[in-house]
Amino acid sequence: MDIVLQQVEYRYQAKTPFERIAIQDVSITIPSGVYLAIIGHTGSGKSTVLQHLNALLQPYAGSVSIGDRVIKANQKNKNLKDVRKRVGIVFQFPEHQLFEETVEKDIIFGPMNFGVSEDEAKRRARIALKQVGLQEEILEKSPFELSGGQMRRVAIAGVLAMDPDVIVLDEPTAGLDPRGRKEIMDMFYNLHKERNLSTVLVTHSMEDAARYADQIVIMQQGNVVKQGNPVEIFSEPEHLMKMGLDVPNVVRFQLKLQEKTGMKLDTIYLSIDELSTAVREYIRKDNRL
Amino acid sequence: MMEKMIFGRYVPVDSVVHRMDPRSKLMVIFLFVCIIFLANNWITYALIAIYTLFMLGLSRIPGRFLYTGLKPILWVVLFTLVLQILFTKEGHVVVSIGSVKIYNEGIKQGIFISLRFFFLILMSSLLTLTTTPIEITDGLETLLHPLKKIHFPVHEMALMMSISLRFIPTLMEETDKIMKAQMARGVEFGSGPYKERMKAVIPLLIPLFVSSFKRAEELAIAMEARGYRGGEGRTKYRQLYWRLADSLQLVALFGLTALLFLLRS
Ligand SMILES: Nc1ncnc2c1ncn2[C@@H]1O[C@H](COP(=O)(O)OP(=O)(O)OP(=O)(O)O)[C@@H](O)[C@H]1O
Ligand SMILES: [Mg+2]
Repeated sequence: MDIVLQQVEYRYQAKTPFERIAIQDVSITIPSGVYLAIIGHTGSGKSTVLQHLNALLQPYAGSVSIGDRVIKANQKNKNLKDVRKRVGIVFQFPEHQLFEETVEKDIIFGPMNFGVSEDEAKRRARIALKQVGLQEEILEKSPFELSGGQMRRVAIAGVLAMDPDVIVLDEPTAGLDPRGRKEIMDMFYNLHKERNLSTVLVTHSMEDAARYADQIVIMQQGNVVKQGNPVEIFSEPEHLMKMGLDVPNVVRFQLKLQEKTGMKLDTIYLSIDELSTAVREYIRKDNRL
Repeated sequence: MMEKMIFGRYVPVDSVVHRMDPRSKLMVIFLFVCIIFLANNWITYALIAIYTLFMLGLSRIPGRFLYTGLKPILWVVLFTLVLQILFTKEGHVVVSIGSVKIYNEGIKQGIFISLRFFFLILMSSLLTLTTTPIEITDGLETLLHPLKKIHFPVHEMALMMSISLRFIPTLMEETDKIMKAQMARGVEFGSGPYKERMKAVIPLLIPLFVSSFKRAEELAIAMEARGYRGGEGRTKYRQLYWRLADSLQLVALFGLTALLFLLRS
């Protein structure tokens, strides 16, 4: 399912003295099956963009097409359930949305709202739970007696169990331990590949953006300032630094290495493996060492 | 939906009214609520109207904002007007449509009562529009200070008030976030039959309660960690300053009161 944003503008508290333009002239295409990362400084409008992807917010100007559904500015939109069923959002700190008596009930809440039978929902709950790396014993526990990290995983399982075609992640690993972060990010990536999902990830981690994304969008002050694949994006580190953004450590290492040794590699490498191979080749060819 | 509410919202504009001492503003509102009942004929209502409009003008709150904010209330005012007109049976009949008779006193009373209602709302919105909640609390605490003598917990009340006021925006934000998270999981708020709507509230309320309790606990710990132990001997960071404008505003209101006494019938 493709999602296309066309010149979307959104204003919070429109028509009051508090009116403020959050995003402006945002055009992004998210083809089916792509892994898109959105990066940008805090307050640049990333979360606002995300909420347009399943019509939680409706544009003030412009239009959003989600599959064959088109959401335009200034019109009433009813029956958004279908859209929301196909686009699952994991919000920042999703553990705040837990409310049921047991973990199982909380996970099946989403699917059952979208008309899935209880048995099917429970089956999905077990699968989702395994995906997020939790044991089945937890199903009967109250979500409020879990640790923060476990709560986060349960909340994510609640979205996975909806079986969406597009999965939207707003800093899903903020505040987790490094190992948990990697586990969760790898899990989303595997799911993305296995089920051929579209994935949209908002992140402050350039490492994650470089490692997982096919496409990267940079936002600044409510505008999209650059789009491209990770190599294109990270090939202009000065540009990124000017916007208060970082580059992945590998890239920083390559730049420093080039600066100090005068070595010139023909492109930017985004993984340690690729970079070390390239360096080895370079050295061999030039016979410098 | 919530975004358009005007009640209890502060609009940061720079104006004389914004800069006044909250104590004088509170005193003015209190007095205004009393003296508005003195008005009972066209000229006294005109005086009240002039006074209210003058204050509004001074506050420099954009008219468009006032209008959108007060629109829902205008309906209530109109409703009062219609009720009064239909059900007052004094004076002589002006119009009669079928069995419905409209009396001249009814029209007059209707207009007066709805005007009174309208001006009361305008003036009290003016207070919250031009004064931050913290200022209002500070003002109240200072004004009510004498009640300490009779063991009324003025400081605790003020603290409670300022904490709750401080957390209203946080709570609204949180409500918005959780609503969106649950909508993304297929909840539809505010549609469908009543039973469904009531059920939809649970996934919203429980997380809100949980986070509010958590927050209250954290706040209490943070306050104790920084040595808070009640109001005894506590000084204030924000000082209140009584300026010329404050005295003038009170004098003006006393003037209005005198005029109302003179001109009422
Ligand atoms: N509910 C709201 N009411 C008013 N303004 C808002 C609201 N939510 C966001 N904004 C404003 O809109 C702008 C964009 O916010 P948004 O949350 O989309 O940023 P973000 O890129 O997700 O930031 P972060 O990285 O901190 O999550 C900000 O300037 C913010 O102050
Ligand atoms: Mg955000």
